[in-house]
Amino acid sequence: MSHDTTTPAELAAADRVAGRLYTDPEIFEGEISRIFERTWVWVAHESELPGPGTFKSAHVGRQPVIVTRDRKGTLHTLLNRCRHRGASLCEKPKGQANGFTCPYHAWSYGLDGKLRGIPYPEGYEGVIEKGELSLKKLRTESYGGMVFATFHDGIESLEEFLGDAKLWIDRFMKQGGGYPIKVLGKHRFKFRGNWKIQLENTTDGYHFPIVHRSWMASVDAETADMMSFMTDPSAITHALGNGHSVMQMVPGHSDLDADDGTEPLQGRFDHLIKDLAQTLEPAQVRKVVRAMHGTGFNLNLFPNVSMSAAFFRVLRPISVDETEIEHIAIGPDGPPELDAVNRERLRIHEHFQGPFGFGTPDDAEGWDRVQRGAQGAPDMPILVNRGLAREKASPEGWPTSHVTDETGMRAAYGQWKEMMRDA
Amino acid sequence: MPETVTAPAPVPTTDPRVVRAIDLAWREAELLDRKDYETWIGLYTDDGSYVIPIDPDTDDFAGTLNMVYDDARMRRMRVTRMTEGYAIAAVDAARTVRTVSRFVPESVTDDEVVLRSAQVLIAYKRGRHDIWAADLVHHIRLSPSGDRIVLKVVRLVDSEDAVPAAGFLL
Repeated sequence: MSHDTTTPAELAAADRVAGRLYTDPEIFEGEISRIFERTWVWVAHESELPGPGTFKSAHVGRQPVIVTRDRKGTLHTLLNRCRHRGASLCEKPKGQANGFTCPYHAWSYGLDGKLRGIPYPEGYEGVIEKGELSLKKLRTESYGGMVFATFHDGIESLEEFLGDAKLWIDRFMKQGGGYPIKVLGKHRFKFRGNWKIQLENTTDGYHFPIVHRSWMASVDAETADMMSFMTDPSAITHALGNGHSVMQMVPGHSDLDADDGTEPLQGRFDHLIKDLAQTLEPAQVRKVVRAMHGTGFNLNLFPNVSMSAAFFRVLRPISVDETEIEHIAIGPDGPPELDAVNRERLRIHEHFQGPFGFGTPDDAEGWDRVQRGAQGAPDMPILVNRGLAREKASPEGWPTSHVTDETGMRAAYGQWKEMMRDA
Repeated sequence: MPETVTAPAPVPTTDPRVVRAIDLAWREAELLDRKDYETWIGLYTDDGSYVIPIDPDTDDFAGTLNMVYDDARMRRMRVTRMTEGYAIAAVDAARTVRTVSRFVPESVTDDEVVLRSAQVLIAYKRGRHDIWAADLVHHIRLSPSGDRIVLKVVRLVDSEDAVPAAGFLL
């Protein structure tokens, strides 16, 4: 897999990984084919495809795809490549269409990828069968509104792959306060570093008070207090299997339905509470306001999406040292009264998550530095051993440690090792 | 015969009111390049907004996601973040040089000038030059006690694409 005989097991041990994992182009190529083109990769949230004919552009690994909803409501993930000469069919990030027509020679395809029409077909008589020239279609399955696709027809179902992570997806969606979740907008940014640096970050509680000191200083005392999990023994991380993990920063908000009514609502939302109380039941107001910062955990799904507190974080590997990130803002899809809730959620998202937010640029600076530093002694290990000695099994059997420990990273690298040696 | 409508003559950039607005836009550009955020914040009115939208067509900044949507409170916190020394992105921010030009006065009264312009910013950091191209709109309130910015909108040409995470302001 690499220019020498190093095996995946030697590159990724239980407590450390080789720095070369961030810098070696051959390892990166192996990851694209053995991980991103062989497992379930997140491509959309169902709210991005609200009705028949809606579509969005996405990537599976480096390959461009279009996610569509056909007239019957079925979701499809289609390779964005005309079967004739390879031109991209769609360059719009999202929209509505009856199908896709290649702008080069006007071959046209349905929302399910079937080849519908070829102009001036005489030259193709006896040469092609239209039925054999559908767009390349990826297996597409969804759970809890999260839509995933894979190039690998033979792998387990999405639900099997998600396994114990499903419970946490269910919990994450409770931030809708009883309403479904919808995408409100997205920030897109890139950094000059390897994708795994970002994968690690969403399960890295250890960096939070150091890197995000300026954000902590800018928020109200209640929010800062909520994120003071460094010395809270109840703030823990579980490895959930298949590389997935969940990091509970605010354990009291892990299940938003568990509410004994004693936690006061944050004073910063007083204006909102007053407005909502005019039309919504007090219990409903409490539900949506208590969920204003999302859930109290980050759920990391291997390899490309995390469901982080109040948003989705999606990574896309571009090259060994370049990665694109989307931070997708979400909120409840409810009656018009909730527009004010979603406006507030947008402001919270802007405050931390954008390329000019109070958090993301500092994360990105840290990631840039990891990539630059890892050029030195690329075989010197990256340590992922924090909390190894205090890791225990939870009652559910999940390897568990403190939220600042690197249990989630070890879980992801365990899956990495499995997939990289699985030819 | 169709009725002939005569468009109002455009206000030239030499109009003294427009000159004041351009002076302010240029002063702001230089302050941002020098990262003199404490002086920069004083260019805004208390009710002023500084916005970098994502949606290239929207004016509904409150109802959509933006890269930046700052009122006075957020602006104050942002300046604190940029200057207090704890934000690692700000401490090691790129050096920037920006050119603001192609001024077109959109509307001009004795109280307010709405000024459109183009901004090309080069950001240099660790061996790389990044280009940030944007259309700007400044709403500038004219006053004998000092001209101030009421609204600045920065519309990046690539606002819907992936941009680098920045440690400076546009």
